[in-house]
Amino acid sequence: MTDTEDYAIEIEGLVTRFGSHVIHDGLSMAVRRGEVTSIVGGSGTGKSVLLNTIIGLNRQAAGTIRVLGQDTARLSERDRQALASRWGVLFQQGALFSSLTVAENVQVPLREYTDLPRDLIDEMTALRIAMAGLPPDACSKYPSELSGGMRKRAGLARALALDPEILFLDEPTAGLDPIGAADFDALIGDLRASLGLTVVMVTHDLDSLYAITDRIAVLVDRHVIMGTLEEFERHPHPWIAAYFHGPRARAAKDG
Amino acid sequence: MSVKSGSADFVESGGELRITGKGSWTIETAARLRPVLDAIPIASARAVIDLEAVERFDSTGAWLLLRLYRRLASTGVSPSLMGLSPEQTTLFNRIVEIGDCEPAHAETSHPVIALLERTGRNIGAAVQDGVELLNFLGIVAFAAFRSLIRPGRIRLIPTFSHIERIGIDALPIVGLLAFLIGIVLAYQGADQLRRFGAEIFTVNLLGISVLREMGVLMTAIVIAGRSGSAFAAQIGTMQVNQEVDAMRTLGLDPVDMLVLPRMTAMIIVLPLLTVYANIMALTGGAMMVTMTLDIPLAQFLHRLNESVALGTLWIGVSKAPVFGLLIALTGCREGLRVTGSAESVGTHTTRAVVISIFLVLVANALFSVLFSLFRI
Repeated sequence: MTDTEDYAIEIEGLVTRFGSHVIHDGLSMAVRRGEVTSIVGGSGTGKSVLLNTIIGLNRQAAGTIRVLGQDTARLSERDRQALASRWGVLFQQGALFSSLTVAENVQVPLREYTDLPRDLIDEMTALRIAMAGLPPDACSKYPSELSGGMRKRAGLARALALDPEILFLDEPTAGLDPIGAADFDALIGDLRASLGLTVVMVTHDLDSLYAITDRIAVLVDRHVIMGTLEEFERHPHPWIAAYFHGPRARAAKDG
Repeated sequence: MSVKSGSADFVESGGELRITGKGSWTIETAARLRPVLDAIPIASARAVIDLEAVERFDSTGAWLLLRLYRRLASTGVSPSLMGLSPEQTTLFNRIVEIGDCEPAHAETSHPVIALLERTGRNIGAAVQDGVELLNFLGIVAFAAFRSLIRPGRIRLIPTFSHIERIGIDALPIVGLLAFLIGIVLAYQGADQLRRFGAEIFTVNLLGISVLREMGVLMTAIVIAGRSGSAFAAQIGTMQVNQEVDAMRTLGLDPVDMLVLPRMTAMIIVLPLLTVYANIMALTGGAMMVTMTLDIPLAQFLHRLNESVALGTLWIGVSKAPVFGLLIALTGCREGLRVTGSAESVGTHTTRAVVISIFLVLVANALFSVLFSLFRI
């Protein structure tokens, strides 16, 4: 029971494969509550696949995934939905519903999962949009009228709609300019501090790693190696050494 | 107390209102908690909000607390907060920071004015649309002319591939529909003309209506639905993927690359399909006539030859390239007008079909007027 108190997500012996192509082979990792955990790895190592498997878009071939103490593979459809309402997901491009305005996008989960009265939904929508750092006039805009950075913030507002305990982010700063990316990092750190969120993010952005990450999960050789930044800087694995001692890593560290 | 419910009690003593929160103040309990908080009467000079016993507290709970706080403050009471943990205080302060947001409300005008406004907008948009179509025709004509001067620019392989997709792949559906139309025309004609003992004129009716109008119209409508929509969807998807922008930056003209091959293919294929549809419709009609009217096939053919001049066939077929041009032009233009989203692809694909069928029918009416002026 203490385990489930300390860890928001526990993965043991996870195997995923597409056809005969094995992506993860006996992968184990754990995400502590209230921490920001970043998943890094080279292209094609299955970072996004891992994220999709945790949130149930992919089904694992073997192994168990426990999110908030519940085994995701053994849940009934009802329990799975109840669990899903306790996490929020920000997809890479925001994945906003293009036929709805930003405000309506944020309202989708509120209407679907809560019995809040109409005016309270409106208030909560405005609050979420402000929490994600969007100006109030963004509410009535359609996704196609927003810039890439604003779209991500709108996606974040939707992910936060139900006051989730865990926030999953798929490359949150990809495609943003350095200033926008730094702002977004600050926003995530801020939300984590104020909402007490557990954050799991897939990222390529070394600046994000240095700025807000507590713990890193490195995907190499179909496994995960977990550790803190300091531990990885002395790690003997060639890919990890190359990653944390490359010119970009040094620049991010100094900055 | 279960964490699935949240509540608040209040006690008034000695001019001090003491509000004690309990349970969980979260999004799950907000719907029931808010009326409880709203019902707390304010009649004291001082107020204390004690949240020591609140076990779970999220941003929705913080918002409700802020609402209560503001309601107290607006009556001149300055409430003091107690019992919030450091995390809860951080959260509450964060909500206070951004809590000035007002829910956005759309402006609404009088329904009659809104209706007038919408009608006006739509008429304006339709006129604008017509002007833009003419503009696009000009651009395409210019590009076609340029290609004629320098035939090296003509994209032969895509043109042939479109001929296959628009023409050969459409043979089954066009043939079947034309055959059925032939049967229906012959049946209805025979049924009516029999009353006057003039059933032999069914052949005239069939021959003239199929060759002059029905063959080409049916073909154009089927192809507008089948290929006009495909043009819009193909080009529209390329537009969403920024492929069209990529072409422009590589110095390739999208009109040369995308529009001309489709348009050329359509102008070549539609007359051929029309001839094919005519044959199928007459076959269907002949079958019906020989079966129901006891007119042998030889007599049918003789009668057809006598009553229908070759010019009738040419009139029908001559309309086909114009219809093809209209269909290709509308489909490609709607495709190029797609912006950004996947929804836009759907909208413009629908528009492509509706507008091209509309234009085909209008053009057909104009042809009738024209032919009657020249007494053809």
